[in-house]
Amino acid sequence: MIVAERKPIKEIISMINGLRKILVLGCKGCVTVCSAGGEREVEILATIIRMDRKKKGEPVEVMERTLVRQCDPEYLDLLSDSIGQFDAVLSMACGVGVNFLADRYPKTVALPALNTKFYGVAEEQGVWSERCAGCGDCILNLTGGLCPVARCSKGLFNGPCGGSVNGKCEISPDIPCVWQLIYDRLKGLNQLDKLDEVLPVKDWGVSPHGGPRKIVREDLKI
Amino acid sequence: MKSGSNLEKVLTSGQFAVTAECGPPKGTSAEVVKRKGEMLKSCCDALNVTDNQTAIVRMSSISGCVLLKGLGVDPVMQMVVRDRNRIAIQSDILGAVALGIRNMLCLSGDHQKFGNHPSAKGVYDIDSIQLIQIVKRMRDEKKFLNGEDISGEVPLFIGAAANPFADPFEFRVRRLAKKIKAGVDFIQTQAIFDVERFSRWMAMARDEGLHEKAYILAGVIPIKSAGMARYMASNVAGITVPKEIVSRMAGAKDAKEEGIKIALEIIEQVRAIKGVHGVHIMAVAWEDIVPVIVERAGLMPRPRL
Amino acid sequence: MSGTFKPDVTAFCCRYAVYNFAEDPGGLAEAGFPEGVKVEQVSCSGRVDVVRLLKALEAGADGVYVVGCEEEKCHNVAGSQRAKKRAEYIKDVLLQLGMEPERIEMFFMSRGDEARFIEMAREMIGKVKALGPSPLRGK
Repeated sequence: MIVAERKPIKEIISMINGLRKILVLGCKGCVTVCSAGGEREVEILATIIRMDRKKKGEPVEVMERTLVRQCDPEYLDLLSDSIGQFDAVLSMACGVGVNFLADRYPKTVALPALNTKFYGVAEEQGVWSERCAGCGDCILNLTGGLCPVARCSKGLFNGPCGGSVNGKCEISPDIPCVWQLIYDRLKGLNQLDKLDEVLPVKDWGVSPHGGPRKIVREDLKI
Repeated sequence: MKSGSNLEKVLTSGQFAVTAECGPPKGTSAEVVKRKGEMLKSCCDALNVTDNQTAIVRMSSISGCVLLKGLGVDPVMQMVVRDRNRIAIQSDILGAVALGIRNMLCLSGDHQKFGNHPSAKGVYDIDSIQLIQIVKRMRDEKKFLNGEDISGEVPLFIGAAANPFADPFEFRVRRLAKKIKAGVDFIQTQAIFDVERFSRWMAMARDEGLHEKAYILAGVIPIKSAGMARYMASNVAGITVPKEIVSRMAGAKDAKEEGIKIALEIIEQVRAIKGVHGVHIMAVAWEDIVPVIVERAGLMPRPRL
Repeated sequence: MSGTFKPDVTAFCCRYAVYNFAEDPGGLAEAGFPEGVKVEQVSCSGRVDVVRLLKALEAGADGVYVVGCEEEKCHNVAGSQRAKKRAEYIKDVLLQLGMEPERIEMFFMSRGDEARFIEMAREMIGKVKALGPSPLRGK
């Protein structure tokens, strides 16, 4: 899923400074699963905003709504009748949702309430970590299913570098060295010879570095 | 001759090589580089100029190399893949060759998080092994990475680092083999304090015949104080400092002299290991000790080729 | 000012912990339970979510606290530990809003310990008196 985290309250508050009528808009997709921007978080943030304004003696009207998804026109279009009344929409979706909101409603101020972090997993309750970088050209078949693009701090293709110690990355003892993990896994699978090949330079042209990406599936288009 | 550099000449002539490290200044003074160059030129065969080591912004390696070249020193241009993409790397290589640089050390680089601009975007377009491949192709085929022709020669003696003290230990020789397969001519290792582990690594390298495919220079860091020994033992990822060295430094009346003795012992021990072709002395912030160490190690005078 | 200030505090209390005395406000008051604390019984302190606590503060409570079972002996295993984390979360929210984090607290007690229950209420009232009225009060 896309994993996100709420921005600091102070930052959100300064973003909406002076606005009178705000829609806090949640999303029932990934950000609900990672407890960042679902119905519950919408209610919490809306309450916090009201508390702040009450404290300052500045009136505000905060509406709460949570869409099935903010990355799909079908659901975003549900806002078309009411969105004109808001000074701003504070989206608790990932950055995709904020963008799509802005794309579809040119006259609406679209603000992000979350920092979108990564494509990741829920390691355990309350802990998420990165697994994929969306580089556009998957090489997991070559690396035992573990991604050096997303999980090696230097994105090395022929690691581990000289900073791998006791299974940890040189940048932090909290970060596992993915190349150690790759090594251990390939050893367990009896495929260590895979590591003897020098992996070729990567085509970053299909990654974000190649410009905004798009997929068109003629077989699915109507 | 691949490059005709002094380092290549010394190594191919079968002599035990001595290289050292010159850290460029955090500023614009050519004098700093020249002073270090003058101090070290007679006691080493080539001098590495670091490339924003530990991700701290310093004068560029390429310009440090040019300054040294002007003194008659054979410079080794270090290049990390942290700060440049394939376009900038190839461009700098062309420029370096044009400016007379003949040795290049291909490195990943310390992560930017360690440095003085920790929020910088790391480039890592390619990795250090891919960099070796690119330089080799530029030199041997006169082609850029994309296959286009390069006008002119790219005579570079290609180096890389190896760290026998990082993990997984069993992979360290495989990684060395990968670098050699990619086209490396010489290796400068991480600083050795644990000679026993280094010699096990060398034995594994010899089993694969790697000592005959690349010149391996053993890394040595002279320790200046007990504090430095302790710091390196606990804070530097990928350096192993055995307890006895820390306690020797702590117990020494004259810590600097003890540090020199330890460095000399390590040099003597690694020289005796088959397949070690030289030493690379990295006297961080203690460059003036290098001539003393080289002299006392019996490695003077350096060959004139 | 402190002479005229009558604190308004809401306490969310684990029904299991306070089962033997909470139903008798008269008896509690007689035993020394302070004025100004409104007791809301909940099936488990772990059931009180962040929104409920925030809403109480938003409504103008000068202080809010949660009473749960002893951390290691929660009737519902980890309910009171969860409640503690929520209280900490709200402390951070209050800080960011420029309010005093002491306006929310978490307390633990052994089942049926009325004396401790009264002591906590007095402690909370004391804290709130020192802080003064909530900046959200009456707005």
